[in-house]
Amino acid sequence: MKALKALPARFHAAAAVFLLIAAAGVIGPLVATAGPGDLLGGPFLPPGPDFLLGTDHLGRSVGVQLVHGIRTSLYIGLLAGVAGTVLGVLIGTLAGYRGGLVDEILMGLTNIMITVPAIIVLLLLSISLDTRSVTVMGICIGAVSWPWTARAVRSQIASLRQREHVDIARLSGSRTWRIIAVELLPYMMSYIVMAFVIQLYGAILAEAALSLLGLGPAGTASLGVMLHWAIAWESIRGGQWWVFLTPTVFITAITFSLLLVQSSLDTVFNPRLRDRKAAR
Amino acid sequence: MTLLRHILSKLGWYAAAFAAALALNFFLPRLLPGNPVDTLIGQALRGHASSDTKQRVYETYVREFGLDQNLWSQFLTYIGKTLQGDFGTSFSRYPSDVATMIGDALPWTIALQLPAVLLGWLIGNLVGAVAAYRRGGFDRGVYLSSLFLTAAPYYCLAVLLLYGLAVALPLFPTGGGWSFGNHPEWTAVFAVDAVSHWFLPFLSLLLVFIGGQAIGMRSMAVYEVDADYVRFAESFGLADRKIIGYIFRNGMLPQITGLALAIGTLVGGALLTEIVFSYPGIGTLLYDAILNKDYPVIQAVTLLVLIVVLVANFLVDVLYGLIDPRIRAAERGER
Repeated sequence: MKALKALPARFHAAAAVFLLIAAAGVIGPLVATAGPGDLLGGPFLPPGPDFLLGTDHLGRSVGVQLVHGIRTSLYIGLLAGVAGTVLGVLIGTLAGYRGGLVDEILMGLTNIMITVPAIIVLLLLSISLDTRSVTVMGICIGAVSWPWTARAVRSQIASLRQREHVDIARLSGSRTWRIIAVELLPYMMSYIVMAFVIQLYGAILAEAALSLLGLGPAGTASLGVMLHWAIAWESIRGGQWWVFLTPTVFITAITFSLLLVQSSLDTVFNPRLRDRKAAR
Repeated sequence: MTLLRHILSKLGWYAAAFAAALALNFFLPRLLPGNPVDTLIGQALRGHASSDTKQRVYETYVREFGLDQNLWSQFLTYIGKTLQGDFGTSFSRYPSDVATMIGDALPWTIALQLPAVLLGWLIGNLVGAVAAYRRGGFDRGVYLSSLFLTAAPYYCLAVLLLYGLAVALPLFPTGGGWSFGNHPEWTAVFAVDAVSHWFLPFLSLLLVFIGGQAIGMRSMAVYEVDADYVRFAESFGLADRKIIGYIFRNGMLPQITGLALAIGTLVGGALLTEIVFSYPGIGTLLYDAILNKDYPVIQAVTLLVLIVVLVANFLVDVLYGLIDPRIRAAERGER
């Protein structure tokens, strides 16, 4: 609780924005009377009493698509974020704790995965898959996003395991998994939380980028898919601002608020960034 | 000698990464369940396609991938053709040569990305160093606006700029590489036209790069600002400009690594920016190829991007070894 109060005001503002958008994505699809694919009116109707956010090139409601799109994007982001964080922590812990040959092999793999751009691997995966359901997309994104976390976790574990309380646990005969779970991981919780926020951020961006390229989830709206159609049907040059501005603003709001949350957590957890006020 | 060892060990890592990338590029579309080529043809020709087209596509596949051979010799054939610069024939723009299509698009992409990356790196690092040194309101302003520029994906900023400066306020053309009725040639008229089309996508990339670099530099320089040499210089009454110069040089080293790690994201993001502006580079080529299920073009573009990113990473690593003696020392000792 005390730590929560120490967080800067921008943390609370950013967290509030993110939670509001997430709430819209959870509640919106439940209360909406129409589906995201239903043709409800004429094409490119501007915002008005009938359609709060207007309609797109086919006459689908932008508002209904938006709430469904938020839900899809967040679902893919959460799935990929959890998968990426868990994989990264597992691989990093294994490499850092075991050391030696296991470390060499796992870190070699990690370095290769970091060098090869993830978006290209995702693109190749996406064109190869017959069905691109939201779940498959989430898993694919998670499967390529772990290396950053793994590398950072490994270096932390490698230094943590040299502490005395770890030696004592080892001498008193604790099993390896117990040492990792009780003696090592609790020291890294703050880091893992931040890594998860970054993974979530990256996954939402990856989904949007793939969808923009036309490789989005099949049969549903997502923020990236909305932007893809907005660009493909020339709504920017046509001046139909409600069509392209809606996904743009919400992608930006989600990613900006997540990055703000992460950076304010950083100022609390990192003592060197803490309280730099009025030194001069 | 140690520098040579540094370069050789890096070269080994990049060779491994390249092999992995090449294998991914080849095997990924083939390892998934079902006969991939039938899937590809089924997808490529879904809906309306004459039997003539079908036959043509099928023959292209058979010829290009040597389907009667086993997977391993297909892979060797692929590598052999790739090394000769033969990427096959486009489906959607038959009988265009994929290598020629890429050759036509590449200069546009380079003209867009290279100046934006270099200028953005320089300006961003300077702004970041100044922000960390000055602190206070200027720092907070730079930090929040940089965070905003990096948080918003590239294409979102591009969408906003395109609408704001080309549609709502028609100051710039609304996209493409040149005006309708014009065509690429070496004349002054065309050059002026091309630059006016180039400016908006360039500006959008430049702003994003500045933001990203400023954030990185600021977080590095925060540590430098508290260092003894800064206090010492201040007690001398040295000009701020001089001190910032020192901070810049000390914070720059980690920033070079940052540049290496960011290259993949930069190139990927810049390709998406081209789509928003319909700029006639590699990004738009890739976008059209995906829409038309033009697999030879997609695979050639992914391979090209992989190679560029790996080579750029390698060059930065070598550069880093050249300018920082500590790196060479670390190669010899413990990690």
